[in-house]
Amino acid sequence: MAELDKTDGSMDATPNVTEVVSVGAVDETAAVAAIEAPVERGEPILQVRNLVKHFPLSQGILFKRQVGAVKAVDGVSFDLYQGETLGIVGESGCGKSTVARLLMALETATSGEVFYKGQDITRLSGRALKAVRRNIQMVFQDPYTSLNPRMTVGDIIGEPFDIHPEVAPKGDRRAKVQELLDVVGLNPEYINRYPHQFSGGQRQRIGIARGLALNPEIIICDEPVSALDVSVQAQVINLMEKLQDEFNLSYVFIAHDLSIVRHISDRVGVMYLGKMAEIGTDAEIYDHPTHPYTQALLSAVPVPDPEARERGERIILAGDVPSPANPPSGCRFRTRCWKAQDKCSTEMPLLAVPERFKGSDSPAAHESACHFAEEKDIVGAAS
Amino acid sequence: MTIIDKTADIPAPRSGGPDDARLLEVRDLHVEFHTRDGVAKAVNGVNYSVDSGETLAVLGESGSGKSVTAQAIMGILDMPPGKIPQGQILYRGQDMLTMSNEERRKIRGQKIAMIFQDALSSLNPVLSVGYQLGEMFRVHQGLSRKQAKLKAIELMERVKIPAAKQRVGDYPHQFSGGMRQRIMIAMALALEPDLIIADEPTTALDVTVQAQVMDLLKELQTEFNMGLILITHDLGVVADVADKIAVMYAGRIVETAPVHELYKRPAHPYTRGLLDSIPRLDQKGQELYAIKGLPPNLLKIPSGCAFNPRCPKAEDICRTEIPALVPVSEQDGSELPGRGSACHFWKETIHG
Amino acid sequence: MPDVTETKTEAAVDAVAAPSAADAQSKDKPRSLWGDAWFDLRHRPMFWISSILLVLLLVIAAFPGLFTGANPRDGDLTNHFLTKPELGHLFQADWFGYDGQGRSIYARVVYGTRASIMVGVGVTAAVTLVGGLLGMLAGYFGGWLDSVISRVTDIFFGIPFLLGAMVVLNAFTDRKVYVVILALAFLGWTSICRVMRASVITAKQADYVTAARALGAGTPRILFRHVLPNALAPTIVVATIALGGYISAEATLSFLGLGLGEPTISWGIDIAQGSQDIRDNPHALLFPAGMLSLTVFAFIMLGDAVRDALDPKLR
Repeated sequence: MAELDKTDGSMDATPNVTEVVSVGAVDETAAVAAIEAPVERGEPILQVRNLVKHFPLSQGILFKRQVGAVKAVDGVSFDLYQGETLGIVGESGCGKSTVARLLMALETATSGEVFYKGQDITRLSGRALKAVRRNIQMVFQDPYTSLNPRMTVGDIIGEPFDIHPEVAPKGDRRAKVQELLDVVGLNPEYINRYPHQFSGGQRQRIGIARGLALNPEIIICDEPVSALDVSVQAQVINLMEKLQDEFNLSYVFIAHDLSIVRHISDRVGVMYLGKMAEIGTDAEIYDHPTHPYTQALLSAVPVPDPEARERGERIILAGDVPSPANPPSGCRFRTRCWKAQDKCSTEMPLLAVPERFKGSDSPAAHESACHFAEEKDIVGAAS
Repeated sequence: MTIIDKTADIPAPRSGGPDDARLLEVRDLHVEFHTRDGVAKAVNGVNYSVDSGETLAVLGESGSGKSVTAQAIMGILDMPPGKIPQGQILYRGQDMLTMSNEERRKIRGQKIAMIFQDALSSLNPVLSVGYQLGEMFRVHQGLSRKQAKLKAIELMERVKIPAAKQRVGDYPHQFSGGMRQRIMIAMALALEPDLIIADEPTTALDVTVQAQVMDLLKELQTEFNMGLILITHDLGVVADVADKIAVMYAGRIVETAPVHELYKRPAHPYTRGLLDSIPRLDQKGQELYAIKGLPPNLLKIPSGCAFNPRCPKAEDICRTEIPALVPVSEQDGSELPGRGSACHFWKETIHG
Repeated sequence: MPDVTETKTEAAVDAVAAPSAADAQSKDKPRSLWGDAWFDLRHRPMFWISSILLVLLLVIAAFPGLFTGANPRDGDLTNHFLTKPELGHLFQADWFGYDGQGRSIYARVVYGTRASIMVGVGVTAAVTLVGGLLGMLAGYFGGWLDSVISRVTDIFFGIPFLLGAMVVLNAFTDRKVYVVILALAFLGWTSICRVMRASVITAKQADYVTAARALGAGTPRILFRHVLPNALAPTIVVATIALGGYISAEATLSFLGLGLGEPTISWGIDIAQGSQDIRDNPHALLFPAGMLSLTVFAFIMLGDAVRDALDPKLR
């Protein structure tokens, strides 16, 4: 993992971006050209601005009418820098998987933008979108359902070449697939086998090989190891780190296992109910969290160290995550927060460096969406 | 305990068995599944025991046999294809595998209760939770509907479900995951069992909710002085609640230890590998330690020690001889109570 | 992370399934799911019994002349019911005796096979094509298309199958085989449509479909490479079992005089005629009815065997 400029995380730096949008109708050829241009290491490669995804709730059989919306993602902004790993953590229903699908343009965003090299991919279609897809790929959570059980491994890993024939000429494909199998640590002779003949960890390697086939620049990993056995997780994580160095990849690494996220990420964002609660470098988030939700999350994670249960204060949150169909007003976390005051129910806290830490170079000076952001001594996970 | 009327016709807890017997003891248990591809040996001679008030964590990956053992204890194995060719499951000294169906049924459900990972599929979706909770009292204690409902509310309050009175008529899908798991716990507690087997009770839950549920389980265990068998793959959860640990691999126990000892000084290379593969702060940016290879195929367990193909310490003896679970001692020979390892080279592993 | 661990019901399966996945190393052959199903089928006696029966029936239907020299339409009134079955006269005209018009029952049973098989296979093919296509479209595209197709399916589902067929067929005077096929297919496509729709909906939600979309795959590729192959199994099972049902539906309609008409030879017609003198000459009813039952039975048995082999729970 190369050293990145980790303090340069300010959200308002969106150069060139506004100009492209103001042009209006995107010229497809220009878009494709822009997409194929290289990005310097450490420069933002993906810029997410105010991303919103509401899933309408409808009633009726033949004539559906909307009765509400599940606010899965509700205004999320972050940058992904070339060559880095951005971890996104949060509990179920926080919208992290929806963010992944939005970044992949698998869902249409309700509003907001995802800029990939200055192109808003949420509005792309046709040839330009296909060009983007070559460069942003995905690794799925469940290796048992992410591979078509009726296709051979060779067909699965070779499918990207069928869709993008320009990447590999027909005659080369078999060799390419075998090379990819080798890269992810599988025997190239397995090319004619079917997915059910492999174990979970091996299947996940196949999924990674498929993601790598088109030489993408960004890989979105949605819980890539959480379905695997503990002893196999480490193998897959190591593989992913190796591939990142080898192919100069940028990862968005979505997971709920905080210690793995810390291990692999350069920066970490914490999501709660469709919003980003806090974002910063791994040390800032894990060692100096200022958002109460991050603090509670870190302290709730069982630490694989029996001594830990005797020391330090442990925050146990009351209640469950509220429904994203009907989120609390103001701060989303206020219903479970021990610090909540009247202000929290009326005023939505913005994701920004808290006033009290502004200008300070303490690690607590990172973006946190809390009116009362402050550090707190907790039993930290993975520390 | 206020919930249950002691005059109800539950047999006296100590009837039959000798007084010094363990609450539950599993002896040399074997379970196999007959499949199209051959015989899958899921459990191959497991021994463990648990006493009142004690928490035994059974740690293992999928296919290690940890859940199958629990199912054998609860008598919910699908037989066939499952089969128990050998072994004893002693509840207070009585072998549940040889007793009559009637006796066994009395123990299971009333004396031993189980909590499953997936609360939603373990609850009947068409009956209200109040009805399902009350059913235990109606069936086992012959209470009236009204009395049973009151008991159900009491139980729901006991597991800290807010507004229990209002929610007693709600259906399982109206509760959140954490609340459903609480209802499962309430159900398991209803008849005041001596032993609870919890099979990955918090795996499906979010971390912040996980902590609540584990806390509740611990609290209730202490209050009722129950034995608890916690089946999990999560080293963090184990460290949090267990008193002693049994690590399983390929249907065998490979290491037993009190919780602090295990994390400090593992005596089996598999345990060591598991602990080493947890990402640690000082390893950031480095390669994680990874146990090489794949979990074993139960149809074709490697000869000798099942872990030998993946073990960094393996030598010839490991490929031929199955290591027995032997007591582990200090370098000077002094005893380490409760510790055992099924490794030919446990000395090198723990002291090396 | 629910997949790491076993739940109560899955654990037994898991303990078995986990190794069978890992044992890929030991068996060095690719094993497709269809291949596994075929392997499974080959080990079922029921499959072989029904297959042999069906192959035999197909050959009879295709080449009835190979099995009897007698003309099924030749009536010799001297044989009017007089000749009882001569069970020793294998493959002879009088093997099964003669019917009321002095025609060889054996010859009629043999020649009647074609109509039944044609109706069964024809209706099944039509129904699978139409119902399968509509179900696939409804399931894959959803939205208003699904709403329309589903409501039409519901309407057709509300029509009693036989009654509807009777009404439709009543409108035709010249009821050839294709007319009966169309009438039955017209009313029978709904169940396949529903099965197909349900399994397409399940398949299209799978992660591998999302993965294909993420790669930029177009609709035809997703539909025919990913969704359809994974949605086909239940349809095959339902179609095979339904085939027997269509054959008996044809016989029922012919019995009632609303199905195939003379000069077509059909078991249903023969059953109708044979039932007129059931007391004295039961054989005129027994043999066509027996053949009908045997055929239907063979198809249902095959469907059962296929279902067991394709059952995803065993995978």
